[in-house]
Amino acid sequence: MKKFLAFVLVAVLVLSVLTGCKQQVKQPVTLVFAKGDAVELDPADVTDGESITVMNNIFEGLVRYKPGSTEIEPCLATTWEASSDGLEWTFHLRQGIKFHDGTPFNADAVVFSYERQRDPNHSFHKYGKWEYWSWCFSEIAKTEKVDDYTVKITLSSPFTPFLSTMAMFTADVVSPTNCEKWGDQWFANPIGTGPFKFVEWVKGDHITLEKNNDYWGEKAKIDKLIFKVIDDPSARLIALQKGEVQGMEFPNPNDYETIQKDSNLVILSEPGLNVGYLAMNMGEDTPGFEAPYKDVRVRQAIAYAINKKDIVEQLYKGTAVVAKNPIPPTLWGYNDAIQDYEYNPTKAKELLAQAGYPNGFKTKLWAMPVSRPYMFDPQKIATAIQAYLKAVGIDAEIVTYDWGTYLQKTEGGEHAMCLLGWTADYADPDDFLYVLLDSDSATVGSAGNVAFYRNPEVHKLNIQAQQETNFDKRVELYKKVQEYVHNDVPWVTIAHAKQTLVFHKSVKGFVLYPTGDYHFESVTIEGQ
Amino acid sequence: MLFAVSILIFLLIRLAPGDPARTMAGEHASLEILEQMRKEWGLDKPLIEQYLIWLRHAFKGDFGRSILTHESILKEILYRFPNTLELSIFAMIFATLIGLFAGIISAVRRYSIFDYFTMFIALFGVSMPVFWLAIMLLLLFGLKLNLLPISGRLSVFYSIKPITHLYLVDSLITLNFPAFFDALKHLVLPSVALGTIPMAFIARITRSSMLDVLNRDYIRTAKAKGLTQRAVIMKHALKNALIPIITASGTEFALLLGGAVLTETVFSWPGLGTYVVQAVNARDYPAVQGAVIFIALVVAVVNLIVDVLYAFIDPRIHYQ
Repeated sequence: MKKFLAFVLVAVLVLSVLTGCKQQVKQPVTLVFAKGDAVELDPADVTDGESITVMNNIFEGLVRYKPGSTEIEPCLATTWEASSDGLEWTFHLRQGIKFHDGTPFNADAVVFSYERQRDPNHSFHKYGKWEYWSWCFSEIAKTEKVDDYTVKITLSSPFTPFLSTMAMFTADVVSPTNCEKWGDQWFANPIGTGPFKFVEWVKGDHITLEKNNDYWGEKAKIDKLIFKVIDDPSARLIALQKGEVQGMEFPNPNDYETIQKDSNLVILSEPGLNVGYLAMNMGEDTPGFEAPYKDVRVRQAIAYAINKKDIVEQLYKGTAVVAKNPIPPTLWGYNDAIQDYEYNPTKAKELLAQAGYPNGFKTKLWAMPVSRPYMFDPQKIATAIQAYLKAVGIDAEIVTYDWGTYLQKTEGGEHAMCLLGWTADYADPDDFLYVLLDSDSATVGSAGNVAFYRNPEVHKLNIQAQQETNFDKRVELYKKVQEYVHNDVPWVTIAHAKQTLVFHKSVKGFVLYPTGDYHFESVTIEGQ
Repeated sequence: MLFAVSILIFLLIRLAPGDPARTMAGEHASLEILEQMRKEWGLDKPLIEQYLIWLRHAFKGDFGRSILTHESILKEILYRFPNTLELSIFAMIFATLIGLFAGIISAVRRYSIFDYFTMFIALFGVSMPVFWLAIMLLLLFGLKLNLLPISGRLSVFYSIKPITHLYLVDSLITLNFPAFFDALKHLVLPSVALGTIPMAFIARITRSSMLDVLNRDYIRTAKAKGLTQRAVIMKHALKNALIPIITASGTEFALLLGGAVLTETVFSWPGLGTYVVQAVNARDYPAVQGAVIFIALVVAVVNLIVDVLYAFIDPRIHYQ
């Protein structure tokens, strides 16, 4: 028995030594990044951030956002022009590019990528859900090939934000031969033109990409990019401190202090394209409407009564900045001239008295059941708002439902006041000001505008901005919309969540995009 | 029983508020899109029809495709189950070895310091939140002492050719020893975290069952015959005390096989537990149904094995 034990121990030791030797072989420069797992790997069929992060590095669209900005620049298309009525957009494609599987990139690939989503009779349409197409691209009537390197996209109505939507992952171009090869398994085998190629996806564990050595643009600096699945933010941080990974997303705000103290770690953060807000239901045709909210003085009073700065500092724990406009400061068109309602309970009481509610009133405050970056811990935020309102005499009862029901009911206008937020899909003020605050979006039952704010002036400006092709003029129009929204107070804007990433200090060159996209081609690792 | 479970889960998941179309289409889908999606997945049909369609396919071993990921549900379950199985087996080995040992000594040395200490630890183990223990293990052995890896089943630099999907087995078959040791190291912390509650439970059951047996006449006889303490305890007492211990262990093992969401989340272990939770959150009806039925089947099989084991241990139990 003893001899056997000794043998086993020796064997273990020898093998351990061998294991050690094996690890000393020079590894390719690899960045391991901790995040949640992807749901699927086709850019047009995904809606969740975890999948999109992977897509961003494998696929490309005709246009893209400039690094770190919301402005558009050429990508797979070199130039484009719109017809004078704004309905026909012609894109001239970059030549000589191949997909990772060797398929040439051309007009056919673009037409395939878009038509499979739009046309229910397309042979590939049956495989996907294509949710975003009907949401962001419904204005596209068709995509046609003009010649091998020219495509024409026809819109059903003039819609200038179209160009911003074209920089979304949904408009990335996929290899048609690859899709046809895999059929209904295509979602797990992504082939694009981007700086990284797909290697493997071990579900729930990791996704591996490798450098595309034939990339047409500036090639990636790292050889391998591994997205390691670690769902728990605290476990992610420990893995980062331990060196198992070199970067991570969404740290737990309670860990910020630990991160700041650790000299090996670097935090990158900036406000993303999102907003968290308190909407006051102004729609008299909605079941949840309560009379006080018709009066702008009441809405202003509520804006004065809430100490946003304290909420953001105490409850968002440094993960957000105070919002004074519906659109975030990182998006073009932001109106910085607007003076926010400061915290002033006395003024709030005065306004309430003027509106005929000197003793306040009873109301309901709906709180989201789930935490979102733009509404970090909604239950606590609701409790804080409840206390602020109580101080000026408004007695708000907190109501909550499960998330699906909550969305459904708020879209149906069953609330008086509700907490909600928004993360933009494309970097255009239209995705905030039209989608969330236009009368077109205030249909009871399917409202994006849950304040049911229907100002005809705002609507006019929004539509004008959708049709205007001059960038500077659009900026002016959107600034005007923000003034109206500020004066009419359909919302108390609360916060813009910051996207936060943590890297080991040896990782350099990562650029934050306001859209929340992660692009790793510019990243280097010092010492490797 | 499986039928009952299938009907129950079918109804329960549909009674839960929320709608798969809504979850999938996101916060901004139009009513038409939602309608179209419901139609596509047959969610607009009457419940009974939906159930019968599902049952017909399930009988053929076809659990359908996940609404969320498009992936075949059976494929996903069969991919994740070995992960859960490997972890559960190790957790049970840990739980049984330590639990039995502690329970026996506590019973034999009743009211000794060891007994008090073990039972205190066992009480602590039963009542402690598992995610807390998991995080503590992670901080201590993963970060501070830097002895063991903390996430996943394998380091990213190794790969194992999947055959059975049990990494230890696969790495041995392919003689990939570095990967074998790496996978083994990855198993330690989650197994301890997951095995602690069963371990405490087994220790307590062993102690009470042993105490019960140690007072019996045949033990006195055995002692009177002049047998060694060791022989009395291991051959005469333990064997007779085993039935409740096996029952408890079997139940615990079956529970573990259903997946352990908290442990899996902390250690990023791609097991069945997180799969079910993800499916429930997305209201991915077919995935939830498929996974729950599969778990029910596994529990039934484990219980059957335990029942058969009784017959081996206790000759008085016969099955006709």
